[in-house]
Amino acid sequence: MTDVTVNDDESEDRRQRPPRAVVGSSLDREEEVFGKAYDPRIVRRIWAFVKPYQKQIYISVAAVLVFTLTQLALPLIIRFAIDAGMAAGGGGRVVLLWAMVGFAITIAFNFVASWIQESVVGKAAENVLFDMRRAMFEHLQRVSLSWMDKTEVGRLMSRLMGDVNSMQEFLETSVLSVGDIVLLFGIVGVLLWLDPLLGLVTMATMPVLFIVRLFWLPPAKVSFMAAHHTNSSANGALAEGINGVRTVQSLDRQKVNFDLYEEKARANLRAHLRAAKFAQVMVPIVDTLTGISMATVIVLGGQMVLGHQVEVGVMVAFLFYIQRFFDPIRSLTMQYSVFQRAMSSGTRITEVLDVPVNIEDKPDAVALTGQMDGSVEFKNVTFGYRKNQPVLKNVSFRVNPGETVAIVGPTGSGKSSCMSLVHRFYDVWDGSVTVGGTDVRDVTQDSLGEQVAMVLQEPFLFTGTVIENIRYNKQSATREQVIDAAKAVGAHDFIMSLADGYDTKLEQRGGNLSLGQRQLISFARALVADAKILVLDEATANIDSYTEMLIQRALKRLLEGRTGLVIAHRLATIRGADRIIVLQNGELLESGNHEQLMKKQGLYAKLYTMNYSSFDDMPENGDEAPPTGKAT
Amino acid sequence: MSHVVATQAGKGLTTLWRIMVLTWRHPWMVIITLASTIIMCVLQLWVPRLLGQAVDQAEGVLDGAGAVDALWTTAWILLVVSIGRGIFTMTMNYFGEAVGHHTAYELRLAVYEKIQRLSFSYHDKVHTGDLITVGMLDLEGVRMFFATGVLRVVLLGILIGVGAYMMMSTDLLLGCLALSFAPFVAWNSSKTQLTLRATWLKLQEMLQNLSRVMEENLGGIRVVRAFAGQDHELKKYDEASDAALALAHRRVDIRVSSTSLMNISFLLSMGLVLWVGGEKVLAGEMTVGTLATFLTFMTILQMPVRQLGLLVNSFARASTCGNRLFAFLDLDIEIKDKPGAKPLVVTEGTVRFENVDFAYPSAPARKVLQGVSFEGKKGETIGIVGRPGSGKSTIAHLIPRFYDVDGGKVTIDGQDVRDVTLGSLRQSVAVVQQDSFLFTTNIENNIAYGDPWAKEGRIARASEFAQLHNYIIGLPTGYETIVGERGVSLSGGQRQRLNIARSLMLRPSVMVFDDSTAAVDAGTEQRIRTAMKRFAKDRVTLIISHRLSSLMHADQILFIEDGAIVERGTHEELLALGGRYRALYDLQVKPGDDALEAAE
Repeated sequence: MTDVTVNDDESEDRRQRPPRAVVGSSLDREEEVFGKAYDPRIVRRIWAFVKPYQKQIYISVAAVLVFTLTQLALPLIIRFAIDAGMAAGGGGRVVLLWAMVGFAITIAFNFVASWIQESVVGKAAENVLFDMRRAMFEHLQRVSLSWMDKTEVGRLMSRLMGDVNSMQEFLETSVLSVGDIVLLFGIVGVLLWLDPLLGLVTMATMPVLFIVRLFWLPPAKVSFMAAHHTNSSANGALAEGINGVRTVQSLDRQKVNFDLYEEKARANLRAHLRAAKFAQVMVPIVDTLTGISMATVIVLGGQMVLGHQVEVGVMVAFLFYIQRFFDPIRSLTMQYSVFQRAMSSGTRITEVLDVPVNIEDKPDAVALTGQMDGSVEFKNVTFGYRKNQPVLKNVSFRVNPGETVAIVGPTGSGKSSCMSLVHRFYDVWDGSVTVGGTDVRDVTQDSLGEQVAMVLQEPFLFTGTVIENIRYNKQSATREQVIDAAKAVGAHDFIMSLADGYDTKLEQRGGNLSLGQRQLISFARALVADAKILVLDEATANIDSYTEMLIQRALKRLLEGRTGLVIAHRLATIRGADRIIVLQNGELLESGNHEQLMKKQGLYAKLYTMNYSSFDDMPENGDEAPPTGKAT
Repeated sequence: MSHVVATQAGKGLTTLWRIMVLTWRHPWMVIITLASTIIMCVLQLWVPRLLGQAVDQAEGVLDGAGAVDALWTTAWILLVVSIGRGIFTMTMNYFGEAVGHHTAYELRLAVYEKIQRLSFSYHDKVHTGDLITVGMLDLEGVRMFFATGVLRVVLLGILIGVGAYMMMSTDLLLGCLALSFAPFVAWNSSKTQLTLRATWLKLQEMLQNLSRVMEENLGGIRVVRAFAGQDHELKKYDEASDAALALAHRRVDIRVSSTSLMNISFLLSMGLVLWVGGEKVLAGEMTVGTLATFLTFMTILQMPVRQLGLLVNSFARASTCGNRLFAFLDLDIEIKDKPGAKPLVVTEGTVRFENVDFAYPSAPARKVLQGVSFEGKKGETIGIVGRPGSGKSTIAHLIPRFYDVDGGKVTIDGQDVRDVTLGSLRQSVAVVQQDSFLFTTNIENNIAYGDPWAKEGRIARASEFAQLHNYIIGLPTGYETIVGERGVSLSGGQRQRLNIARSLMLRPSVMVFDDSTAAVDAGTEQRIRTAMKRFAKDRVTLIISHRLSSLMHADQILFIEDGAIVERGTHEELLALGGRYRALYDLQVKPGDDALEAAE
């Protein structure tokens, strides 16, 4: 190995090759670019959410129909006013008055219908969205942890928020598109009824537009998606620049990053300009077709009026209808993309709803009460996360009531799995885990949660005040009880030094506290929960020696009068335990107290005499194997 | 947002003006857009006239063959006008958008550059979320201003102004009736848009709150399950969700009542025009064609009038967004090169602290360092130890000038770090921090972050030094493996080692380990230390740690307490001294309650 600093780069060619550098994520988004085609299964699933609002849907479809009819009627009333009222030999003022009465009634209907259609649909759509989101969230509360372990929170969030939101557009517009279809057919019908020949000639442009749009849509959609993607790519790079700014500055990378970012920003600019071109190129096409239709009405219709084949009011009505002519075609073709997007979101939403719930209370599950003795026993437990890869192999041990047992062993030995099994986060493959003499599969999960308190390696705090975090689920705990618990674990002093004491708001994940402080709060939380059994995964992170001591003291207090199962990393904790269980590769290697194990001269004694600060440090093979799943 | 800028209402106009100035950097596009707008408006206003004319021609105002010719002429003109209108609408919209996108492109780069240059003290006090808002949402608000604000003002001004003039000069009464819907609709639309904007912001806040509840629940799912807290969590969720749903419903009400009212007021005006116009036709004062012209005018004006609300919204948005964005771009950068600063020249590589005083800008009253002096020469290792919060990490921050000292100075080979260029300084000083940021790219790119042109061999050697190489080549895709969010997740210790490798790539003259092996196990740390030893002979090494085994081999150990050096010497000297260092040593070697009390 030569020194790293030896200059082995031929400096002259350095700047000629591109840097090994990117800004922003170099991974593609999971989202599909082009939505999904019609899938009856997905539609049925979505319909299940819409069904409770069936009545509202019917009402609003009716309102849409009324609204569309009034829109169709207005030019006809104008035509009536002109032809029957104003034209020479017409009915004069009386007819005009009648026309006005008709006009007034029509717009009254129009007003009410427009109010109802949008309001009812809008609210029902919101309700459906919120129902969907809640159903997903509730389902996630019950799905197995092994599924949750494999799934990133960010991905789930994009389903819970993003996908649900993109359903909104679809739900709101689909009822309105019923109106578009009615309007389209209505206009066709009215024009043919007014004058079949003129109607046919005028509408000759309609299929042209339809065909043009069919050819235009696919490439246009590609360009719109590209604009969208370059946008998120540039924004991703910006977010990375913000989050990593300290690293960027300390490694003097500003120049390189700026150049890379500029490329992204320029790609974004180009994609947007291209998308704008696609969007705007339709405008003159539609206007030209409208112009052709209007010119046709003027020339053909005008001559017909001159020849007294049709009345002038018909011509005016035609001119009015033509202006409305192309709107429904445009929104209907757009609606198709909305539908496709909704289908792909719907697919992702149903995926979440379909995650199986493996761990459920048995129908005859009993509640575990505080009367049970507090023992924990593993009987021939075999368990793993992946088929044929057991993490625990035939492990048996018993923790007597009030005893503290330390589990030690190298990374991957199966320690954390033991802990998860006591709480029935997973079900064993073989054998059984009993708490207070009852198999954990025969008790209700809620009561198990009440009797088995857990302290995780990574203390997790919620946004909220300190007291809310300590109390968490134990709503019955009084303020005094909370304070007593905090005092007992030695957290009281630092809590009081916070701005608002126990009512201090914690930032996200307790960001305004040190790791040690968060640990102490999570201890207090376990103490308030006042369970008979405590399962604890000791933090591996190297906390400074002072805090370390506080934590050791708190731990002692926490274990008093309880059955304790501790995944231990610290010598101090291990020596304080009544019994030590050594695991290796999922098998129970040795067990006994410190003296007994030292005498045995096994793995424990070896690790101990090498004076390693943590039992995770495996000597000899210092390089970890690549991670092959969540082993511990 | 309060930290980014204190917004003042009066600044609105200045801000909008500044956006216009930025827009004017693309004069040709602006001119084409505005010219297109004017031509498009003229053509648009011509259409009703032509239609009315055609109706009159059809009614036989002219006679015989002349009438048919006239119809043909009108039809041709109408066709050309329609095509022209389409083309100019296209150029108006396209160039209007293009101006916005070009402006956004320039602003994006400016924001990015600013973010990269603003000092640590600024980033300390500002939430990353606020910066993201500035760089994404505020930038959008400014981008949209030309197309949805400026352009629309011109468009609406001409359409409504000229349209009103044309109608009123034809028939004053009918013109007034035809426009009678306009004031109400304009007012209603503006008011509604402003309300909708306010409630939209509120709704976003509520949805953010909702997603925070969900995110925490999913992130802390083990805690939730461990404490059987599902019901509790669902209650929290329902509270957040119900509030958001109620507001979403209210927004529907606001929107719907406004659109329905605008609709009916327009139709009422139309009815009045039809009625009064009809009477006039009957009285022979007006032709059917003119009446048709009025009615078509109204349909043309309906949309622009309704869009007045969007216009108001666009102005409101551009002014608040612009305020924030410009305030951000105008921020002073505290730490930057002095005029005429020269690159750092490292000869001996001696680092000196001379009587350094320092307080973080966020808490100027609290002195973090007081009168700190020490010197480290090439090949030496300095250990710095102390309680959390004693100021030991601050020392690491002052050498590469993440912050500037308040008193005294920090020098490298006699050059004050404030007198040399930042780039050269940071290339020479590497600080390995405890919390390192990994970029979502492959391992190789992460290691070569500070020297992206480095050759593979050097990257491999740096990671060998950091005891990471064997792990990496064991991965299925080796150095190409993506780390971070969607890639392989590294353990705390592996991240720290990657961080060490990354710093080695700089070939620094001063290397600072700021608690950077805290998560690395003792055995691996020992091997890193051995590898470093050879590496250390050419540079000054500072090791900041609370783990004494990490630094007891140092040539000089400084014990920091309350920002001052209270003990200094070699490990043996300090043990012999029997002071605080000794107490800490005892605590770490034989932990127990007595030791804790002694240390306290």
